[in-house]
Amino acid sequence: MSSGRPGRAVPRDAGTRLRTGRPGALWAVPALGFFALFALAPLAIVAYLSFTSWNGLGAPEWVGWANWSRLLSDRDVREAAWHSLLLTVGTWAFQTPAALLLGVWSAGRGRHRAVLSAVFLLPLLLSSAAVALVWKSLLDPNFGLVAEVAPVLGFDDASWFSTPEGAFSALLFVLGWQFIPFHALLYQGAARQVPEVLHQAAALDGAGRARRFWSITLPQLRNTVVASSVLMVVGSLTFFDTVLILTGGGPGTSTTVVPLLVYRNGFEGFEMGYASAIAFALVLVSTAVSLLLVRLTGFGRMSATSARDGL
Amino acid sequence: MGVGEVLSRRAFLGRAAVGAFGLLTLPACGPGGPGHGVGPGALDVWVWQDAADKVQQAAVDRFNASGAGRARLNRVPGDGYEDKLRVAIGSSKAPDVFFNWGGASVKEYADAGELLDLTPMLQADTAFGKAFLPSVLQAGMVGDRYYGIPMRGTQPVLVFYNKAVFADAGVSPPETWDDVTALIAIFTEQGVTPFALAGADAWAELMWLEYLVDRFGGPGVFERVKNGDVRGWRDPAVLRAAKAVVDLIERGAFGHSFSAVGYNAGGASALLSRGRAAMQLMGSWEYANQLAADPEFARGRLGWTTFPTVTDGRGDPDAVVGNPNNFWSVTAGVRDPEAAFAFLRTAAEDAYAADLVGQGAVPTTTDAASFLDRSADPAFARFQYDLVQRASTFTVSWDQALPSAQATGMLTLIRKLFAAQLAPAELVEALTALPRG
Repeated sequence: MSSGRPGRAVPRDAGTRLRTGRPGALWAVPALGFFALFALAPLAIVAYLSFTSWNGLGAPEWVGWANWSRLLSDRDVREAAWHSLLLTVGTWAFQTPAALLLGVWSAGRGRHRAVLSAVFLLPLLLSSAAVALVWKSLLDPNFGLVAEVAPVLGFDDASWFSTPEGAFSALLFVLGWQFIPFHALLYQGAARQVPEVLHQAAALDGAGRARRFWSITLPQLRNTVVASSVLMVVGSLTFFDTVLILTGGGPGTSTTVVPLLVYRNGFEGFEMGYASAIAFALVLVSTAVSLLLVRLTGFGRMSATSARDGL
Repeated sequence: MGVGEVLSRRAFLGRAAVGAFGLLTLPACGPGGPGHGVGPGALDVWVWQDAADKVQQAAVDRFNASGAGRARLNRVPGDGYEDKLRVAIGSSKAPDVFFNWGGASVKEYADAGELLDLTPMLQADTAFGKAFLPSVLQAGMVGDRYYGIPMRGTQPVLVFYNKAVFADAGVSPPETWDDVTALIAIFTEQGVTPFALAGADAWAELMWLEYLVDRFGGPGVFERVKNGDVRGWRDPAVLRAAKAVVDLIERGAFGHSFSAVGYNAGGASALLSRGRAAMQLMGSWEYANQLAADPEFARGRLGWTTFPTVTDGRGDPDAVVGNPNNFWSVTAGVRDPEAAFAFLRTAAEDAYAADLVGQGAVPTTTDAASFLDRSADPAFARFQYDLVQRASTFTVSWDQALPSAQATGMLTLIRKLFAAQLAPAELVEALTALPRG
């Protein structure tokens, strides 16, 4: 992100850093230590395991590229990758507009907004497993709340999970319920950073509420949209617990995403080596996707001064 | 995110166990957790958590009171039991004694040297070995060595039905496949799901194929696969069974939403007991679960019968599929082998057998017949006992008999068959191509 990219923000930023005497590299050591211990070391082990055959007992046996060539020709992997892609795109398309509107709305003043915002943020406090279990029982086609409500609404029965589309929609909904508050919080914070004078100036020019949203708020939130999108996309690629509990990858394998496939191969089939290969492939893809997103959107050039750049 | 996927699974399992199951069952400890008031030397005993585990709890209580040693029962939730076990045994958190499905299910542990060979113990104490039916004790063997002690009742898979629903419809339980299709038409007409099916659990779907293949082609078909010859899947009986399953689904035998119904949470059994479904194909443990959830239903309206006969089937109509029993195995790193042996002996005690029959189970001890009249339901106990006595073969659940990689692949394919993602012919091809692991 650094080389040959002209921009006045870079040198000015560097100068600021020197003058304000920010902490040196030493301060990053604890974080780096944790990162190495809990991220890099396991990653290295997974990379090693992907070249072995191991059933979880005894010593792994080196098998070279066997797992990787199997992965390339495995239809289950291709199918799961497609499901992960669908889930990622669906998550982004559903959560971004919802979180954006909710965040901007809750950024406004007023007691009712503050109270409702607090309520909206509640799902943030709950664990994924608890959220998934609660929704699974609410959406249970036989004994859940929807089973009572569906006939009233004119549905024959509430068999949401019996079609791929239904199961996918249920996943998108529950994941949205859980994660929209977090992204809304990002947007709320960002929307409050938008200088009030911009809105006042636009209002003087006769811009209505909608026009101000499109022409002032949204452009000012650009960096937040990118940040939130990167988190969403990379997060979606690794969804596991909600899928396992809510649909178990079903009906059939129609909501089996890559992490769930890893789990099934690793912890049900006990093919730890092959599961590691799939997991490592997922790491590579996730990293590539997030780097690509950062490049394409110019997120890397984002600086703390961007809000002022708008002035 | 996305970093260290596999290793973080272990963390996830722990979190899920605490977060999800801990919420629902506060008294239960996570696997491998510290003992409560039993002391650090206590045997860590893992059992599959269900309604029948109070028998094992009573055995642990008696054992602790006897002074022969100390043990603590760890009731591990059934979802993910096997992966928790694998991770624990592969690490330093191995239980001392654990519940399993016998020989094939612990073969990988035995091969890896993780299990204690019980053969010397059984040779030293011949009376103990003779307490069990030889055929069932053998089901706990790997090769020519004993690794398991039978610790629950025998578990044939049966057709359970709701007597009230049958009485309302004025029909009787199916005896032949024609009866099955006729009943499906009658019940779907009345808005009752003919068969409750825990379709979220592929092993529940698997039971249909196990029985149909056995009825169409006899026990030799799966025996061949089990012995390592995957061409056994190409036997016409497998294709015919898969087609019969598809036919059942298309007739609406399982309703529309079976893929969201689980067994361990009691979903399928509740459908049966509340009359939303007429029948359920399930292992005999269904009785204990119904007895715990709805005693009045279990005692009054729960009926049972054998799997129906089929036309032109080569299999014996008396053959059964299921689990001969569950077993205790002891890990190689057991803290106190003598205490573990003393604990295993509780499985042969009269009090233990009496507790088992109290749950509607039929113990596989040689003197089980004398206990049957004390059963929670003597008629059910007698029915099971006679069924297993009469059976020419008792085919072990396929997912327990095959190596885990092959079993997992098979279960995935069966999920797909039931979700109409695979045609019967494609199922046969895909089964043949599964890795042996």
